[in-house]
Parts: sequence; structure tokens; C-alpha cells
Amino acid sequence: MKEKDQIIRILATDCGSTTTKAILIEKRDNEYRLIVRGEAPTTVEAPYEDVTKGVLNAIKEVEELAEIKILDGDKIIKRDKAEGDGVDIYISTSSAGGGLQMMVAGVVDKMSAESAARAALGAGSIVMDVIATNDKRMDHERIKRIRTLRPDMILLSGGTDGGTITHVVQLAEIIQAADPKPRFGAGYKLPVIYAGNNKAVEEIKERLEKKTALYIVENLRPTLEKENLKPARDKIHDLFMEHVMAQAPGYKKLMDMTDVPIMPTPGAVGLLIETIGKRDKIEVLGVDIGGATTDVFSYFQNTFNRTVSANLGMSYSISNVVKEAGLKNIMRWVPFHMDEKDLRNRIRNKMIRPTTIPSTLDELQIEQAISREALRLALEQHKTMAVGLKGVQKERTISDAFEQTSTGETLVNMLTLNLIVGSGGVLSHAPRRVQSALMMIDAFLPEGITMLTVDSIFMMPQLGVLSTVHEQAATEVFEKDCLIRLGSCVAPIGNIKEGQEAVKIKFDGKEYSFNFGDMGVIPLELNKKVKAIITPSKGLDLGNGKGKEIEAELEGGVVGVIVDARGRRPFNLPENDNERVEKLKKWIKALNVYPEK
Amino acid sequence: MAHSYTPGLKVTEKAIVKKERRLPLKGEVLVKVGDIVKADDIVARTELPGDVERLNLAGKLGVPPKEASSFLKVSIGEKIKKDQIIAESKGFFGLFKTSIPSPIEGIVENYSDITGMLTLRKPPKKVEIDAYVNGKVVEVIENEGIVVQTPATFIQGIFGIGGEVKGELKLVAKSPDYILTKNDITDELKGKIVIGGSLVTSEVLNECVKKGVLGIVVGGIDDKDLKDFLGEEIGVAITGQEEKGITVIVTEGFGKMTMAKKTFEILSKNDGKRASINGATQIRAGVMRPEVIVTYDIDTVVEESKHAEMGMDINSIVRIIRQPYFGAIGRVVGLPSQLQKIETEAHVRVLEFEFEDGKRIILPRANVELIEE
Repeated sequence: MKEKDQIIRILATDCGSTTTKAILIEKRDNEYRLIVRGEAPTTVEAPYEDVTKGVLNAIKEVEELAEIKILDGDKIIKRDKAEGDGVDIYISTSSAGGGLQMMVAGVVDKMSAESAARAALGAGSIVMDVIATNDKRMDHERIKRIRTLRPDMILLSGGTDGGTITHVVQLAEIIQAADPKPRFGAGYKLPVIYAGNNKAVEEIKERLEKKTALYIVENLRPTLEKENLKPARDKIHDLFMEHVMAQAPGYKKLMDMTDVPIMPTPGAVGLLIETIGKRDKIEVLGVDIGGATTDVFSYFQNTFNRTVSANLGMSYSISNVVKEAGLKNIMRWVPFHMDEKDLRNRIRNKMIRPTTIPSTLDELQIEQAISREALRLALEQHKTMAVGLKGVQKERTISDAFEQTSTGETLVNMLTLNLIVGSGGVLSHAPRRVQSALMMIDAFLPEGITMLTVDSIFMMPQLGVLSTVHEQAATEVFEKDCLIRLGSCVAPIGNIKEGQEAVKIKFDGKEYSFNFGDMGVIPLELNKKVKAIITPSKGLDLGNGKGKEIEAELEGGVVGVIVDARGRRPFNLPENDNERVEKLKKWIKALNVYPEK
Repeated sequence: MAHSYTPGLKVTEKAIVKKERRLPLKGEVLVKVGDIVKADDIVARTELPGDVERLNLAGKLGVPPKEASSFLKVSIGEKIKKDQIIAESKGFFGLFKTSIPSPIEGIVENYSDITGMLTLRKPPKKVEIDAYVNGKVVEVIENEGIVVQTPATFIQGIFGIGGEVKGELKLVAKSPDYILTKNDITDELKGKIVIGGSLVTSEVLNECVKKGVLGIVVGGIDDKDLKDFLGEEIGVAITGQEEKGITVIVTEGFGKMTMAKKTFEILSKNDGKRASINGATQIRAGVMRPEVIVTYDIDTVVEESKHAEMGMDINSIVRIIRQPYFGAIGRVVGLPSQLQKIETEAHVRVLEFEFEDGKRIILPRANVELIEE
């Protein structure tokens, strides 16, 4: 790879499960900027069955738009000097390859088995089953289950370090007896990660080393009070890359093309979110909604967490969103009356033709309705995972220790949250930015004051991986071309009577008032910040208590300051279909969300 | 220079088709390269390890795990019969003995002196795979399986359920837009694969199962009917394992969808011929689409048709694969390179599409698929 100062032109791709995106970054007038972006369908389908075809197609589009030559046949031209045809560096992320399916085993279902499930979920896996010695099943039932499910890998845990080894060895014997085979390929052994009692390692090796591809990592529950998920998660991640992603056709070829190792898409986006949280000392929630998966990233109480909802997405997994959320929950966001049969068929057709895009307004509204539920469910899953992970927070000050939540309580706090970053096709490509804002508000229900942003053209994955090789370029492009600031959202907590005054906002000598049940926008231009006095009405709270005014900084953006006085805890939509549609239409009109038909 | 399009499904009257036949575990391949095989011929077999029974030996004997093995009357690896005494405690002066009979027939696999558990294993189960299609063995994957090659009619569907079946194709639909009714499913269709038109309902599917129909190839199905028929909602699109007694192949999509003329014509021509079909669908990495294969005589000459790999061009024949005009087939008459604003206000790459009647519309390139010749 070239020296940093020799890197002038950067090509980066992200192979999603649906589309492959390519961006071209160039240093012009002493700063790195995004030049063009191209995309093409990801080519895992027959007749291509080679992920690099989609990559080359996306690069060809970049070539056309930028009017420069990058490809020489199927090869990326890497130039010797920082001039002429070609690029100086090529990097890529990938999430093609589909989901990871795991089984986890732990001694006690509510303890080590639950921790193991958290580790697996956190690494982006679907947990097919949790086996525990107290799960009330007979051994032969457990064995049969392991055999029939054929997971991609198994995570085995149990026992505190130095404690009794009998139970965890028993689990190993069950796995040994099941003699499990991986889902893909008859040729190789199923990976098993052992993250249990360190005293049992020899016994575990004795039982599993021959029959499985065994990996030993630190105990994920070294003591009862401690959870240490990172080593297990990291190992799952490595194996996911080696075993599952490598199944995506052409992936090995792509590895040869890049200058640095291919990074998994969620890893790259997470890196960026964590950096923002640390650098600005704020609480951040990031989301990347893709075709097959939705990743949620958070930085709360100085702790970074990431979850991957492997079966929530807008194309391949779109039907699973319906299955998990229920059709009724999706239909509640559709701002017109529609037949259930029709909606079902439309969703299924998107599943089987995942690369198509909405070309009419109602199709767009349906997709955006589904995305709200996918985002909502992904956040729900994230909340159960993002709990105080004691094992990874070794050094804390006394004040931190007092704030620490007890195990099992989520770190996610919508009231203290400062910033939401949305990414992924449906959010980044929404024709009007206010659509992205409303999707995120409806799905996440932020409370108090929260800044909303969106990844302009869905390039956070590429910038994440770029930050590992050229931080300056990544930061400059991120600030100037990637992050679109939509504006602050003001949302009081509580419920009062519909139509009553809910909140008053004063700044720059002007006062704005909003009634309960309404939404509205206060124009405030991009990059402008104001100190505002915000007074909720008696029954509502903005963080200082019911009816107590707060002084807060509001930031403008391409949308402006969005006031959501529809209530929280709970947020309600009318049960009656006609009333519901009327309400949705009213909010859509107030925020100017869609073009008038 | 247009790359934003979806590659189409294959619908070919005559092509060289290769099918990989692989065992779930390593085993024995029974044929060799060059052999001519019939669809029903067994080409590879293996044995799946038998089910396992675990016995708490130490607990039953009432001794610590480290000592229990000394009471075993059988050795590791030994074959055992059901009810055979496999362990016995000494008791006092020959009295109060604890005898432990084997709960299964099989072998003694191992004993753990940490957990005190004895693992017994039932005899292995035989697994055999057949050739699935008539053809010639062109490759042997050592200990795992083979690749069969054959000239055949090959039709890919968009979505399916159920696994591999073989049977005679029977044209039941009168036209590509025909909607099958319960009355169409007669007793004569037992053991056959029905060619339908634009729609099949759960009522008709249930009738097919009742009458012993093996499979059905149809343009569309309502998702509601699919859910009713399966008894559950399909989440992620990975199918093929359903055991509903029928394999269903949907060629166009969900809803009432007239079967593409070409697909219907090819299927009609094969009325009465034996076909191999598989509903397994996996719309993710390593994509798998359902298929209908009707093989020709092995010596049939096939001219490989020109592939759509060159991409879309003016005059390419394409099908619209999203609302509105879902399913319409027409010709590409324009490929503007600049992004254009569509009804949703999104700026996307578009193409100009001409219907068969000459009417023209602009639509996103992503919403058409090439029809492969």
C-alpha cells in the first residue's frame, strides 16, 4: 500500500446483500471530497454467481460519471504515481453472504446460556436454539436438535473460572455425540467456540477437538458477577468472515483485489459511530438498515454496543419483518386504505425481486411503512442486548460506578440520547430528507431533544474502513459529504388531552406553540445553533419534570427543528382506521413529507 | 452501458443442464465419469450416524463417576442388544445387585468419568441420493457426489416450496391466464405434475394433495393462500424443506400473475413428458431458484444460446417486475444515461419501455429483468 501522502484518489466499495455501492474520493484543493458514486445489483444470483461482477459494474458507473479510467478489463488500475488513470488505493466492505445461524449452549439458562446468547446476538447471529443443562429436555432430544438444525457454528459456555467442570463437560459430550455438521459444505468441520470455565479446557479439547473445529477463547462469564463477551464475539466475527461470508460466490477473488482486508459492513459502520460518541462526548444511536439485516449501534454511558438483527431488512428479509411485527403493525403506518391481500403480495414480490425500487408514491409509502417496523424491532432487540457489560468496563471512576445500571437493565435511554444517525438504502435514498426524519422518529420515538442525521448517500461503511487506513480522508468526507444534518427533534414525554397546548419554544425573540397530537417544523437553517427556552405543559416532561421548562440548544438542518407533540410513554395511534389515516395525513401535510398527488 | 438491471430467470427450451448431486456427509459414490444414469438411479450413499442415548451410569449404580466404569460388562465400541445387561454392581454377597439393561440396540460409544454418563448409539441410518435427472456423469466429487449433465428444457421459477419430485407433466390450464379450480383436479392427475396458469389457491392446493398430485407449476399465488396452505407465515425466503405432500413452483410472482407466454408454451410442448422439479428457493447468497427440468436424449445436440451477460441494450426484451404494470413484457427503446426524476421524486437511472401495443413509458432500470433467449 502507498504512503498516506501519496493517496490522492481512493476507490471504495460496499457489497451489500442487494446492491453494491462504489464511491470515488479525491483530494482536491487540499481536502478530500466525495467525487461520484455508482451502484449496481450485487451479483450473487445466477447466471453471474460472482460478487466481483457487481463490484466491476458499480465501478464502471463511477468511471462513466467521473469520466476517468479506473478499470483495465477486469482489473483495477493501481497507479504508481498520484496522477493519470487508475486509483491509489482500493478498499471494500461486505455484508453479502447472508445471515449467520448459531446454536449456543450454556450450563444455566438464565446465566451462562443467556450470556452466550447475548454474545452470539451481539456478533450478528441468529440464535437458532439455546441449550442448557436445565432446559428440561432429555439429552437425546438435545442431540437430535443440534443435528437437525445444522448451525453455522456453536458457542459453548458454562461454569465460572476455576469452578466445577462437570456440567460444561456434559454439554461438550452432548455436542460430541451429536457429531454436528455445518450447513454449508460437507468437507469441513463445524466451528465450535468454547468460552467457558478455563479449568475445563483440557476436557473440552479431549471431547471436541477431533470432531469439530474447536476454538478456545476467554470465559464469557468468568465470575457470576462478570460478563466478558468481547473475546467470544470477536471470535464469532472472525469465523463468520472465514466460514459464512466466504460462501458468497466470488468473495475470494474480491479479497485479492483490495489493498487491505475486507471489513464486514456492520463493523465498519460501528467504528464510525463509536468515534463520533467518543470524540464529541455525546450519546449516539446509529442504525443501518439493509436488505437482509438491520444493524443498530449505540454509545451510551461511554459504552459502545452493536447488534445485528439478522432477519430484519428491506428486501431479502422483508417478509420476516411482516412475520415479526405482524401485518397490522405495518398497515398502521400506511397513510391510505389498502387491502391486506394486496399488501401481502406486494411485500412478497419485493422479497423475491429484491433489487427493485418503488416507482409510485404509494409503493414508496408502503416501503417506508415497513421500514418503521423493521427499525422499531431492531431497536427493541438492541435494547435487550445493550446492557451494562461489566466485564468490558474494567476501569471506572467513582462517579461512573454510581451511574452504572444493574445487570439486565438496558443502557439505551431515549431521553439522554443526543444524536441519531440513520443509514441504509431506505433512509439514505428517501427522496425527501424529511421522510427519513419521520421514519426514524416514528420507529425510535426519541424523547426530549435529539439531533437527527442521515448518511447522505449511504457511504458510512466505506468511510468506516477508510478510517482505518486514512483517518484524515475519512473524517473530511464524513463531515462534508456524508452526514446530512436534518435538525433537532423536540418530543415531550407524557399524554394530555388532544388539542391542548403541549409545548412552547422560544428563541431569537420568537415564540412557537404546538398543540398535543400535532407535529410541526420550525425553520432553522443548516449549521445554525440556538439557545431555546422550551416549556412543556403541565402534564408533559422534557427531562426536568412535568411542566418544567428547560433551556436547550436546538440545531437547524435541511428539515429544521421538528416538534413532535404526539405524546410518549405511550405513543398512540388511533385504533379506528379512518381516524388513523386522517392523523397520518395531517402529520404528513404538516411536515410536507410527500408530494401532493 | 447499462448495468442497473436484474438478470432474468432462465427459461430455455434446449440447454445443457448440469446438476450437482451431493451427499450431506461423506460417503460412497456408486457411479463413475462417463456413466449414463437414469433419474431414479442411486448414485451415492452414506450412513448417517445413529441417534444417541445417554445413560447416567454412575447415578444408576450409586457410585462416583470415576469408579463406575469398573462395573461395565461391555467395552467401548462393542455392539449391544436392547435389554442386554451392560453394567452390574456387585452388591453384598451377591444380593441387592443393580443390573442396568441397554435401552437400545447399537454400540457403546464412550463413557465419561467426569460426568458419569455412558453414551450409546443406535445403528446408522442409510442415506441415498439419486441422479434426479437422466444424463451423463461428467464429474465425480470424491466421496461426496457427482455432477450429471444432460441436454434439457430448463425453466427457473421465482419462488417455490417443497423438494425434489419426478413425474409426468400434465397441462391442465387452458391458457397462461387460466385460474385453476378445484374441479380441474381430477383423479387422473395422481402422481403427475400439473401445469397451471395465472393463479392457484389454497383450496386447489389442498385438493391436489388429496388427489395425490406430486407438483404444480403456476404463474402466481396469493400470499394469503400460501400462508393458509402452509399453516404458517414464511419469514426468510429459504424453502424446500416443507413437507406438505406437494412441490409448488411459482414462475412469475405473488398475486394473480399470467404465466409468461414463453414459459407456458415450452411447458405445453412438454405435456405428457416426465420432468424433475424442485421447489427449493433461497433468495440470498448462493441463490437457489426453483426449477423444472425435462431431459432430452443424451445425444441431442444443443447450441448454447447467447447469454444475456452483455447487458441491456436498445431492443432488449424485458419484463417489468414491480408495480405498476407488473409482469408486462416489452422492448427497451431508450437508455438515457442521466438520472431522471420519477413519481416518488427519487432520481434514478431509467429506461424507456415499449409495450407490445406500442405504448411507451419511463421506468427505473432496476424494475425490469432481461428475458433470456
